Amino acid sequence: MKQAPTNAVPDKKRRSFFTQAAAGIALLTLAPGVRLVDLALGKKDETAVTGTVRWGMLIDTTKCAEGCVACVEACDTEHGLTGFNRPKTDAQWIRKLELEDEQTGKAHSLPMLCQHCANPPCVDVCPTGASFVRKDGIVLVDKHICIGCRYCMMACPYKARSFIHEELSEQKPHAPRGKGTVESCTFCVHRVDRDHTPACVEACSEAGHQAMIFGDLNDNNSTLTKVLGELASKQVREDLGLNTGVRYHGI
Amino acid sequence: MSGPAYWMLLVVLSVFLGAGLMAANYMEHEGHWITGMTNQIVWGMPHVFAIFLIVAASGALNVASLGSVFNIDQYKPLARISGLLAIALLIGGLVVLVLDLGRPDRLIVAMTTYNFKSIFAWNIFLYTGFTLIAAVYLWMLFEPRMGGFSKQVGWFAFVWRFVLTTGTGSIFGFLVARDAYDAAIMAPLFVAMSLALGTAVFLLVTLSIYNLTGRVEDWEWTKKLRRLNGIFVAVVLYFVAVHHLANLYVAQHIEVERFILLEGGAITLIFWVGQVLVGSILPMVIFFSSRFDALHWTLVGVTLVIVGGICQLYVTVIGGQAFPLDLFPGMHESSQFFDGAVEQYVPSLPELILGIGGIALALMIVVVAMRVLPFLPDLSHRSGVKP
Repeated sequence: MKQAPTNAVPDKKRRSFFTQAAAGIALLTLAPGVRLVDLALGKKDETAVTGTVRWGMLIDTTKCAEGCVACVEACDTEHGLTGFNRPKTDAQWIRKLELEDEQTGKAHSLPMLCQHCANPPCVDVCPTGASFVRKDGIVLVDKHICIGCRYCMMACPYKARSFIHEELSEQKPHAPRGKGTVESCTFCVHRVDRDHTPACVEACSEAGHQAMIFGDLNDNNSTLTKVLGELASKQVREDLGLNTGVRYHGI
Repeated sequence: MSGPAYWMLLVVLSVFLGAGLMAANYMEHEGHWITGMTNQIVWGMPHVFAIFLIVAASGALNVASLGSVFNIDQYKPLARISGLLAIALLIGGLVVLVLDLGRPDRLIVAMTTYNFKSIFAWNIFLYTGFTLIAAVYLWMLFEPRMGGFSKQVGWFAFVWRFVLTTGTGSIFGFLVARDAYDAAIMAPLFVAMSLALGTAVFLLVTLSIYNLTGRVEDWEWTKKLRRLNGIFVAVVLYFVAVHHLANLYVAQHIEVERFILLEGGAITLIFWVGQVLVGSILPMVIFFSSRFDALHWTLVGVTLVIVGGICQLYVTVIGGQAFPLDLFPGMHESSQFFDGAVEQYVPSLPELILGIGGIALALMIVVVAMRVLPFLPDLSHRSGVKP
């Protein structure tokens, strides 16, 4: 009864099959985990968000054309703000404001968006801390802990926030949005983190107006700070002392 | 009250409560677009009702405070119903507030994740703390062995309710960006409102219960209380006058005052007729005049105070938001997003039903609790109530 030699080959094959299968399963099990860890860690320490940068914007109202809504449309497209043809409840992250001096009649046109304040009232009043300021000055809403109380909308001096009044579909992966939470301009944080400028700024430039300049307020060599050094600029509701990241020239 | 009448009352309250829950479910399912609320009027009728109930809750404890804190024997037997009403009204208000959230399913987040700079977060502690303190207070009142502590707990509750309404008023007082709010006076104004509304609700509920149960023949004990309610109403009116006068003096706030006091359409009408005439002047006439010294007039007076309180909160909450933010003073502003335009708010049916559902819940708690424990003493054979 010596049958061992005849079984030896299948045994080897089986062993090799199990080894490969185990390796395959290990790979399938660990790979997503490794990938998740990679994602969770996000940027490397040396490129993580820090307070050395403060993102800001200058809007030159003398270059902003009345009736031009390139920035608004670009924002809507970038973030999938499609709306339901209900202007009072549809979300708006940026809007065109038409101004007329009551004394002189002088007209101005400018985009109004979240001013990304250094001392934002929306962040102060948020009961859960869903509204927060990133170290680089970008004001965001954490959609996981926003309870939809709308106190931030009461507190915002710029009417910059929108409440999602109905069910949404086909949201963009980089712009998480959902019924029952509050949202506002993110300064296109997903683009900024990849060293791009916000969609509105790009659109304004493509439309040939160059009315919006985005950059680092802390960097003395940035185009933004250089232009801010030359042009007189102001903060909207400067009296509130919020230290806004968005500045305006020409009003 | 017992027998069919009691069960009928429960059925009626259940219908309103059920309707309120269905309205909340409808609002949450469809989203808030089906309400009258928009991106400009972000707080609507649910907030008017919720704030009314919360403010009245702390004031409903007045009568217990008169007994425990100010040592007026006449009111000590009424302390239990006073504490019960305080808890019931607060729960009713909080339920409305929570059900109006965009994400009421995240209540657990609201209860566990805090930003302590937010007055809203403080209020969560103030409200839950108040409920707890009032419950302990009731325990002291019911348990003879603990009766010795009722004065101390009564004092604690008395101080806490002042802090609570200070916090509620500050929700508006701390809104620096809006001309209609942004005033420290909102805190004492809300404290005064709580005293007036709470006493009115207490009188309306207890007198109604005595009336329905036919347990009383003598209404002497209400006389001081209705006079006190008149004083509270006068104090509210005083704070309202000071608030508007101060705003009229500040050039920046003149436009919002013009809106509220003169040109606000429905808001102006509700202010002058609802808040000032019906809710303040008429009740004061009733409460201070011996000509109206009768039970039915007391009931009319407190009802008017309650109607006036709802009007006042409507003017405060809705009126303050309807007036547009002024981003560029001296400029006429317009946009696709209704900048520079007064928002026309039309309350929707679901909002109203949700608010009324909160009142029904509060009353239901009172009615059921009274069935279980002796909250209200039989005063039928007393002219002056003693402990």
